[in-house]
Amino acid sequence: MSDAAPVVALVGNPNCGKTALFNALTGSRQKVANYPGVTVEKKVGPITTPAGRTVRIVDLPGTYSLRARSPDEEITRDVVLGRTQNDVIPDLIVCVADASNLRLALRLVLELKQVGRPVMLSLNMMDIAHRRGIEIDAERLGRELGVPVVSSVAVRRGGTDALLAEIDCRLAERRSAAAAQWRAPDAAALRRAQREADRILAAVARGQGGRDSLTARADAVLLHPVAGLVVLLAILFVMFQAVFAWAQPGMDAIEAAFGWLGGLVEAMPLPDLAKSFLKDGLIGGVGSVVVFLPQIVILFFFILVLEDLGYMARAAFLMDRIMGGAGLHGRAFIPLLSSFACAIPGIMSTRVIDDRRDRLTTILVAPLMTCSARIPVYTLIIGAFVPDREVWGYIGLQGLVMFGLYTVGIVGALLVSFVVKRLIWRGRPGEPFMLELPDYKLPRPRSLAIGLWTRATIFLKRAGTIILSMMILIWLLASFPQPPEGAAEPAINYSLAARIGTAIQPVTAPLGFNWQINVALIPGMAAREVAVGSLGTIYAISGGEEVADRIGQALSSQWSLATALAFLAWYVFAPQCASTLAVIRRETGGWRWLWVTFFYMLALAYLAAFVTYRVALALGAG
Amino acid sequence: MSSQPTIALGNARVGFRGRILAIAAGRVAAGLPASELERRLLELGFVEGADVEVLHQGLFGRDPIAVRVAHTTVGLRRREAMAVLVSAGA
Repeated sequence: MSDAAPVVALVGNPNCGKTALFNALTGSRQKVANYPGVTVEKKVGPITTPAGRTVRIVDLPGTYSLRARSPDEEITRDVVLGRTQNDVIPDLIVCVADASNLRLALRLVLELKQVGRPVMLSLNMMDIAHRRGIEIDAERLGRELGVPVVSSVAVRRGGTDALLAEIDCRLAERRSAAAAQWRAPDAAALRRAQREADRILAAVARGQGGRDSLTARADAVLLHPVAGLVVLLAILFVMFQAVFAWAQPGMDAIEAAFGWLGGLVEAMPLPDLAKSFLKDGLIGGVGSVVVFLPQIVILFFFILVLEDLGYMARAAFLMDRIMGGAGLHGRAFIPLLSSFACAIPGIMSTRVIDDRRDRLTTILVAPLMTCSARIPVYTLIIGAFVPDREVWGYIGLQGLVMFGLYTVGIVGALLVSFVVKRLIWRGRPGEPFMLELPDYKLPRPRSLAIGLWTRATIFLKRAGTIILSMMILIWLLASFPQPPEGAAEPAINYSLAARIGTAIQPVTAPLGFNWQINVALIPGMAAREVAVGSLGTIYAISGGEEVADRIGQALSSQWSLATALAFLAWYVFAPQCASTLAVIRRETGGWRWLWVTFFYMLALAYLAAFVTYRVALALGAG
Repeated sequence: MSSQPTIALGNARVGFRGRILAIAAGRVAAGLPASELERRLLELGFVEGADVEVLHQGLFGRDPIAVRVAHTTVGLRRREAMAVLVSAGA
């Protein structure tokens, strides 16, 4: 692919089917990267036109105007105006419009025309428009607008032929692109442009504006104040079940595969240290993250289907008021929900939130949602310390404590976002909630598959780079210096991690933590559940059938109940996950929010563990 | 010209049908500067003369509302909808 190849930029309103069109044009050849310094996805794909020309197609974030309101829309503006530092300066702008919803798109075309670059209009989803009895005189529309107009059906074979032919035509008469001219329109200009668009639309189209009857009938239930919430809860329930149940075979297979790899290393004629590096550092480290891939794929499957259906905007609508009480945007709902599986996909999916501040607030509190990696730790401690009996007749005490830990996480997240809204963003305008509720559309399997593939590769790349280096660092801490010859205690007790654990003893003593807990917390940074295995290593319990049971027995003889409860409180809040921190750095484009998250969670964890320990002591649980 | 009284869209009930008379962002204590709120409403199609219908509302505080404006359905909070002045009947 030559960088000198002409660039065609796709611009359009949200929900106009632009991404489906991009997928139809470029297929699997597309590349997704980030624009430098920001977290907006840059999607570029090379194609060869019928005339044999190599063209780079760029898919730009959906927008109603070049007057950008979010980081995504700023990218659209900057690329269209040729203001980006990189090489994407469009030779042709293709404005994509939903043929059954042209009104706002025509105003956008009028605005794009002012930029001074070649513009054309592609009437997308013509098949749906026809079915709904909409007729558009494309030729007249082209004359009125003063730009070429073609029809396209992204999902049908041959549906993009006319578009490709016209792109060829336009690029053949390629003029030296004049310097882009555009000034943010004021209210009067917007009114004028919309009136002009309305006039043109009335002249060229028939049947526009009627409500899609299927959408109207579905919304009568799905946006009903009560039934809508019930359906939303049901969808979430299914989604949750799926993430946990369907992912299990895949997760087991991945674990087995990494275990097998570890076994291969074990059998190799290598020094013990090299074996340990390969097995525990490299394979174990990457394995502990890659194991979440099935959950992430399933989660994004639901998110993409709901997004393509047009339901996501409805979910945000239904939840806006409820989330708003805590200072969160309606769109924060799905990312926070995803974080119950794992904060990593949750934080990745905050991209659906337009406003930067709302998005940052969501990213900050997402790690407080009880992720699945906390479950093994909770299970171990609860099993060892909380008696297995019933309270109030039929409620299991152990389950009640588990439920309590989830609740504390949620309440903590709501409080933090409330405080962030009041303290950090104080005095700044609250972003209004205004979004189009598009007509429902059936998701297309091909587009879905491409979307899922993109998500999975982004996640795996991350596991292979930032996360891997964190894992190696943690392994180094836990392995060096090496134990002396004939050492009686487990190797980790001689390591740097043990020294750190002993050194911070005075700091954690008020929480009732002994040095063994401190040491276990360090490898626990790799992934929360690793702390379980580390505790086993430190208390010198060799692996076996019921290893978790025996760790539990060892703990219950060595820890007081107050210590165990403080440890649980710590785990609700502590930033015990290097991968999550790495993803926050990646998604926020800098170190700042990583440290903000790390320190506020650390402070909360310390406070929670301290209070828990002291209260438990006072109640005689020492 | 309609003889119907002018009301703010933010006060309209579900089922209300009418026509937009004016966008008066200055009278709303929204989080945004008035000129910005006005332009955002315009960009979503809230232009004088457009037909509107309130389709749905949320459970708590009857907020937000889903409004059909000309050819599009838009969800927004009542607070911002106060900037849209409408007359009943269309």
